[in-house]
Amino acid sequence: MNPINSIQDEIIEEFAFFGDWMEKYEYIIDLGKSLPLIDEQYKDEDHLIKGCQSQVWLHADEAEGKVSFTADSDAVITKGIIALLVRVLSGQKAEEIAQADLYFIDKIGLKEHLSPTRSNGLVSMVRQMKMYGLAINAKSQ
Amino acid sequence: MEVTAQQAFDIEKIRKDFPLLEQEMNGKPIIFLDSAASSQKPAQVIDRLNDYYRTGHANVHRGVYQLSQEATTAFEEARELVRQFINAPSEKEVIFVRGCTEGINLVASSYGRKFINQGDAVLITAMEHHSNIVPWQMICEERGAELRVAPVNDAGEIDLDALYELLDERVKIVSLVHVSNALGTVNPVKAIIDRAHELNIPVLVDGAQAIPHTQVDVQALDADFYTFSGHKMFGPTGIGVLYGKEEWLEQMPPYHGGGEMIKTVTFEKTTYNELPHKFEAGTPDISGVIGLGEAVKYMQSVGYDNISRHEHELLVYATEQLEQIEGLRIIGTAKEKASVVSFIVDGVHPYDLGAILDKLGIAVRTGHHCTQPLMARYEIPGTVRASFAFYNNKADIDALVAGINRAVLMLK
Repeated sequence: MNPINSIQDEIIEEFAFFGDWMEKYEYIIDLGKSLPLIDEQYKDEDHLIKGCQSQVWLHADEAEGKVSFTADSDAVITKGIIALLVRVLSGQKAEEIAQADLYFIDKIGLKEHLSPTRSNGLVSMVRQMKMYGLAINAKSQ
Repeated sequence: MEVTAQQAFDIEKIRKDFPLLEQEMNGKPIIFLDSAASSQKPAQVIDRLNDYYRTGHANVHRGVYQLSQEATTAFEEARELVRQFINAPSEKEVIFVRGCTEGINLVASSYGRKFINQGDAVLITAMEHHSNIVPWQMICEERGAELRVAPVNDAGEIDLDALYELLDERVKIVSLVHVSNALGTVNPVKAIIDRAHELNIPVLVDGAQAIPHTQVDVQALDADFYTFSGHKMFGPTGIGVLYGKEEWLEQMPPYHGGGEMIKTVTFEKTTYNELPHKFEAGTPDISGVIGLGEAVKYMQSVGYDNISRHEHELLVYATEQLEQIEGLRIIGTAKEKASVVSFIVDGVHPYDLGAILDKLGIAVRTGHHCTQPLMARYEIPGTVRASFAFYNNKADIDALVAGINRAVLMLK
């Protein structure tokens, strides 16, 4: 199975244990609070993805056709969702990142956070992650 | 027995007029505290729109047949209702536009092309909505003019001394907001207009947030232009009003060209229609205008005295209750405020707070409220904003306070 999808399925399974949105949000907030996600040197204008509501910083590294991501946000719920996205996509093959179908967000009931109307920077971040995948994949061929 | 206005205002009865307030959001009864973004609509307005499309629709100012004449009559009656509502001297001065944003763009473009030249200036304030910044930036750039910005103090009030300092004969127009959407500040527009008029400088007032809360009399204000949106005053979206003094409107070139705004057209030369039609090119938003007329009637039936008194009570109560939340800071503490409360909580991002309130069925606005320069002034990424209309009650505020307490517990 595609490694991206097996991680997505893992997350879906984990979220199935939560009774209601409160528990989900508490978990996401904990993720957002606990993880140091990005090196301070990358929290600059070059790595900034501006949303109307919250801001996101994204940094990508490449090694042997695989892309690793670190990212951060000023809002903790956004950051918690970033932690999930990084868990799913970071360290995967560039080609698979470019083609990933991120169905887990919908399945765990957080799709409103990835709606363009929220304008929290997440939609642009996912697009940017896939662009990195695409660009690195193109370069390696 | 005499019925006082106080008795006549029955909040429960009013709430029943707004079908949306019966709805749920995320499985919870909706607590709607975002009327400053767009207000809900009473059944009277909804029914009028429905009736119009079912029984009264035809294009206006064109047909010789009965249906078209009736639609035209309803359309022009709405204009008359709006004229009375803001006490404009003449129907010629009431122009229907898509909203406040278009009203400002019309004046910036049309007045600007006629009266703003190289070396001139336009004066705005630091608390303007983007829609009262960008159109002026555009025309200033085009005409080689300077955009001047009067500063705002810590409480969220215009620094009047600084504004008067910036007001000189190079200023060709002043454009400012009556009530701030982000802070709730009610600006002393009458004083500013009087001062500008001493130098013969016209003033445009962005009334989007004022008209839902306070009686506006354009003659008493002596405003040269006053513009507002229908959807914030319980009417349909996509319709708004630009009031302009006839002496200015007559001198200004048309904004859009098309049908309706012309008198005669040949390929060599077109002559323009009379006011207000000169500024209303194309088929107008007929249903929007008729719905707006109904919203005016609805507001008049509630009464501005009742609206102002009830909303002031809500503002005072909300301010008291919110101030008791540890770490909560209200942004915008002007002496004169409309029923808008913007705030931040220490260590809590507005987006996170808004996302949790959403799950509790509470609709608030979060972010920069289209006032990025103002947020930069306070060095904050944005705020959470609760705004109240006359259909809100104290229970809504209690729910908000409980929701914030719960969210802060989760987030801190």
